[in-house]
Amino acid sequence: MPIDKFVKLESTCVPVPIENVDTDQIIPARFLKATTREGFGDNLFADWRYDKSGNPKKDFVLNDPTYSGKILVAGQNFGSGSSREHAAWAIAGYGFKAVVSSFFADIFKNNSLNNGLLPVQVSKEFLEELFQAIEKDPATKVEIDLENQKITLQPNGPSESFDINPYKKKCMLNGFDDIDYLLNISNEIETWEKANS
Amino acid sequence: MAGKTLFEKIWDKHVVTKVDGGPSVLYIDRHFVHEVTSPQAFAGLRDRGIQVRKPEKTVATADHNIPTLKQDQPIQDELSRFQVNKLALNCEEFGVPLYGLNHKWNGIVHVIGPELGITKPGMTIVCGDSHTSTHGAFGSIAFGIGTSEVEMVLATQTLLQNKPKTMRINIDGELGKGVVSKDIVLYIISQIGTGGATGYFVEFAGSAIRNLSMEARMTICNMSIEMGARGGMIAPDETTFEYIKGREFAPKGAEWDKAVEEWRQLPSDADAAFDKELVFKASDIEPMITYGTNPGMGIGISKSIPTFEEIEKSTQATFKKSMQYMDFEPGDAMIGKKVDYVFIGSCTNGRIEDLRAFAAFVKGKKKADNITAWIVPGSHQVEAQAEEEGIRQILEEAGFEMRQPGCSACLAMNDDKIPEGNYAVSTSNRNFEGRQGPGARTMLASPLTAAATAITGKITDPRDFL
Ligand code: SF4
Repeated sequence: MPIDKFVKLESTCVPVPIENVDTDQIIPARFLKATTREGFGDNLFADWRYDKSGNPKKDFVLNDPTYSGKILVAGQNFGSGSSREHAAWAIAGYGFKAVVSSFFADIFKNNSLNNGLLPVQVSKEFLEELFQAIEKDPATKVEIDLENQKITLQPNGPSESFDINPYKKKCMLNGFDDIDYLLNISNEIETWEKANS
Repeated sequence: MAGKTLFEKIWDKHVVTKVDGGPSVLYIDRHFVHEVTSPQAFAGLRDRGIQVRKPEKTVATADHNIPTLKQDQPIQDELSRFQVNKLALNCEEFGVPLYGLNHKWNGIVHVIGPELGITKPGMTIVCGDSHTSTHGAFGSIAFGIGTSEVEMVLATQTLLQNKPKTMRINIDGELGKGVVSKDIVLYIISQIGTGGATGYFVEFAGSAIRNLSMEARMTICNMSIEMGARGGMIAPDETTFEYIKGREFAPKGAEWDKAVEEWRQLPSDADAAFDKELVFKASDIEPMITYGTNPGMGIGISKSIPTFEEIEKSTQATFKKSMQYMDFEPGDAMIGKKVDYVFIGSCTNGRIEDLRAFAAFVKGKKKADNITAWIVPGSHQVEAQAEEEGIRQILEEAGFEMRQPGCSACLAMNDDKIPEGNYAVSTSNRNFEGRQGPGARTMLASPLTAAATAITGKITDPRDFL
């Protein structure tokens, strides 16, 4: 499946200043019974977002109209735990295009990139600055420029550069998908199989 | 040239090619599939109009979303039934072998792979499940993948992967009384944190590891993901070969000898360099228990929960949230805390040795009245063996009931949910908020600690009984 292209994004942010947000929090297991990729956004952060009877909890940020935007800003070690890609589907399904944190769990990072959701890893200090800026003014915008691997607090900074694997960057910029790439080299895979069987 | 690590030997042998400036194309020897993370991947194949490249290198089981009672009857929950049926339909359409519900080889994916002899040293193994790291106990590269990657492997039998860094964790010396492999791994995670090994593939080594059985080694590799590692592994040795020999899919005859010869070449060379090395002393480890909402929040059972001041400033907010969720006070002792549920099972501690250890402990004793205990074997084979060895009977005499195999309360996708606000001592691997049911409060521990707790009805040091 082709993924959405990601070139540059300017948006307000939704802050979740909690560390070690694991994929069970992002999407609890009882919502994993679906057999398609759609609809997970409705249950993003379900146990923080809704009470037992399914009513929105006022104190959770997704229910607070002050905050909105396409960038999720989260505490360090985001996406640890289960490998469920449903976590990335839930975040992307909700409408986020990028997640900013000072540290991401490995599998979550891969899953996001495979779904056109950009994980942007910044320094602890920069993350702290983002949280403070957003808290002070929820209308604060952040620009993520993938081409130049740069994230900037608008309008005048500060900014920081971030790392991304050059191959993954190319995929994100062009909306390419890994499977297409691998299917294209199936001859090479076959040759390898013959040599190693 | 410096020698190679176990990891590098296997990795290098499986690289088909390398993307310029990008990841490697890694060939996958074995792909395990289950009902929860595969339907969207099969749908992807259908959309592209392609087949599973190597159905014979793929094997499927239903485990995450199945009931652990009345498995012979149709699944009650409509969505679960649909998902489990979907797996059967997909496997049939794409020619993938399935050990579905009620099949004699059905069970938790990370339990059946080893017990059937599918998991072998030197292999690359993946599954859409983070605890695939379990299979690393055999000296294989095994790790969890997401659903897009499941599709990738189904379609091409390869995976695009960046080579992780390597770490070796040595645990030397003798384990104390009542201290088992679950305690070793909870201890390591408590020391390095849930992100302590992120970006690394970890090899566990040292005399304390060498002395462990295969099942105990699996418990350690299983939880390597809980320290953030891409996977964990242990060099194969005589214990490994002994375990595999004679199993259903183990090589036989001359092929066996040849395989063992190859496997003997796998352990890390003496001069191999790791990107990072850590050393722990086995004698520092006591039975462990977690008090918080991630597996890194663990302490020796005789210790008290840290006070607020002892927590690093940057994690204080997380600590506070965790204490609120668990309804614990910083500085509280763990021993004596009230418990409502005890769960024995999961791919961490749902194997026959775990049931044996639990049964040996509770034999001739009685379950405490305030405890609801769920004892869930990891597979049908474990269940059958427990029956054969008289374990079921010992359990029943002590007031425990053994359920049917599955993931069960480890992730509470089925009906096995710990009720809100209740405390569970669990032999599984994750104590996240809501992991065992909305509002459930989980304390991770070994089967021995779980047994001691089930008998007294409160958190109990198993050494009190030994
Ligand atoms: S037992 Fe738990 S951790 Fe293991 S595969 Fe099942 S859900 Fe995952």
